Amino acid sequence: MSGPRAPRSRAGHVAFGGAAAAIFAFLYLPLVVLVAFSFQESRILSWPIEAWSLHWYRLLFQDREMLEAVINSLIVASSCVAITTLIGVPLALGLRRLRGRLANGFERALLLPLIVPQLITGLALLIILHRLGIGLSLLTVILGQSLVWVPIVVTQVLARLQRVNPNLEQASMDLGGNRLQTFFLITLPGIRTAVIGSALLVFTLSFDELPVTFFLTGSRNTLPMHIWSMLRIGITPEINAIATLTVGLSVVLIIVGIRLLTRTRGR
Amino acid sequence: MSPALPSRPAAAAQAASPEAIPPVPATAAYGRFRRHRLEFLCAGAVLLYVTVFIALPYAMVGVFSFWKKSLYTIRPAFSLANYAQALGSDVYATVIGNSLIVATAVTLVAGVLGYVLAYYLAMYARRSRNLLFFLLVVPLWTSFLLRAYIWTIILGREGILNTLLLRMGLVHQPLSLLLYNKFSICLALIYIFLPFVALPVYAALEKIPRSYIEASRDLGAPPASTFRHVIFPLTVPGLVAGATVVFCLSFGDFITPKLLGGSSDIMIANVIIEQFGAAFNWPFGSALAIVVLVVVFALLGMAAMLARLTGQSR
Repeated sequence: MSGPRAPRSRAGHVAFGGAAAAIFAFLYLPLVVLVAFSFQESRILSWPIEAWSLHWYRLLFQDREMLEAVINSLIVASSCVAITTLIGVPLALGLRRLRGRLANGFERALLLPLIVPQLITGLALLIILHRLGIGLSLLTVILGQSLVWVPIVVTQVLARLQRVNPNLEQASMDLGGNRLQTFFLITLPGIRTAVIGSALLVFTLSFDELPVTFFLTGSRNTLPMHIWSMLRIGITPEINAIATLTVGLSVVLIIVGIRLLTRTRGR
Repeated sequence: MSPALPSRPAAAAQAASPEAIPPVPATAAYGRFRRHRLEFLCAGAVLLYVTVFIALPYAMVGVFSFWKKSLYTIRPAFSLANYAQALGSDVYATVIGNSLIVATAVTLVAGVLGYVLAYYLAMYARRSRNLLFFLLVVPLWTSFLLRAYIWTIILGREGILNTLLLRMGLVHQPLSLLLYNKFSICLALIYIFLPFVALPVYAALEKIPRSYIEASRDLGAPPASTFRHVIFPLTVPGLVAGATVVFCLSFGDFITPKLLGGSSDIMIANVIIEQFGAAFNWPFGSALAIVVLVVVFALLGMAAMLARLTGQSR
């Protein structure tokens, strides 16, 4: 990576370096606090931590409601991954074929659920489901979340498609391959890492999603909904423990996902 | 495999001999037809998706906002009463004002901090650049709820900040003004949304050819004026894109004000969820949702205009 070089000066380096360090501290110190407090023995959060323990983690694994919520979230997240991939990849292929103002308009419209506050998307779907007489359940949560995350798959895959050499596909067709063969043998290998990367991102986002779920959930809670209801009762170190585990899982998936998405060469 | 495969060598041999080439106009026309058929199919699929899953839901909110609530039922009507209530009363004007103030403050601060961070990464960081880039991306994808929640344990009366201040002797009793006000809402939202600005700005800075900057310097421009006239204008589209997302999402957030706001810091999103919950006034909630949508669309329009203007001035 060789980017542009600024009009550099020693003073500038020190000033910007200091500012960047402070901003990174602002971004990461709170996470450190969260993780540290999850290992604190006492119920009352106080600094410095006097006694360390895994007590709250143990409690977590005995909490049936919490475990059920985790399982529900896993179901929702994996279903969202499957749906968004199956819808997002064809949409990206379709958008690539279209050009001009129309395609631009479509792309902007597709991106709306990422820019419009999610609670609006949630309540919009709630109204439609209500009119259709469809009851709320995990299925409606999956539907709502998929709608919000499809744009992520579309944009990531579309960005990769624009770097895939179209001549390869043309060559495949010229040599007598049909469209399906061309897709599975030429196009898909080229966008594979983008598809997997965006799937991982959708998984983590869906696992953590609250606003849409808030409107569309039935009697079964997802993990963020469960944490949300716990927070209304009061802060407990148990929340710190589950938060630490969630953030940890996200970080692992994100690192893998970002690595796949920022690869400069496909495959 | 397919029947087409064995014929490949034959087709190649055919193509090699000029006599065997089939009549060109016919294949070209057929090819164009096929290609267009596929394009129509794609356009149809995209159009169908956008209509059914994006336009229709938001349009339904619009329809609902004209309906009426009577006791425990909601009935179709064409009434502007919901809008009159949303825009006419002081209570809701304050609520909308709160949201606008918070969203503006968050956008400004996150914009400046995000820009500074991106500038350091793109212009100064060298060996650490990839690592720092990761550190910037990771918070973007971690739980919104938990990142808002963290601030309750930091800023609370018995929170870590108060304990630290007490121990250092800077204050004699815990500060209660840290949490449950607009400051805490803004702080958490800035924390959450800073990467949303930093990333697009970083992407824009990365794309600036080094020769532009060198040319400006060689022509005798001092660093500050190189920044003002060369670098900054090229990053405006990225900055605007990031700032727009930040403004829209903070304007419509209900989680942060619920966790970190006080009783006088109710934001529009909180009133909306109330209408869809205990208050059971979906039409009024829909009208408020339309207010949010109008703000979002107005902002997107302004952003597009700004991007076009800066694009032209180049």
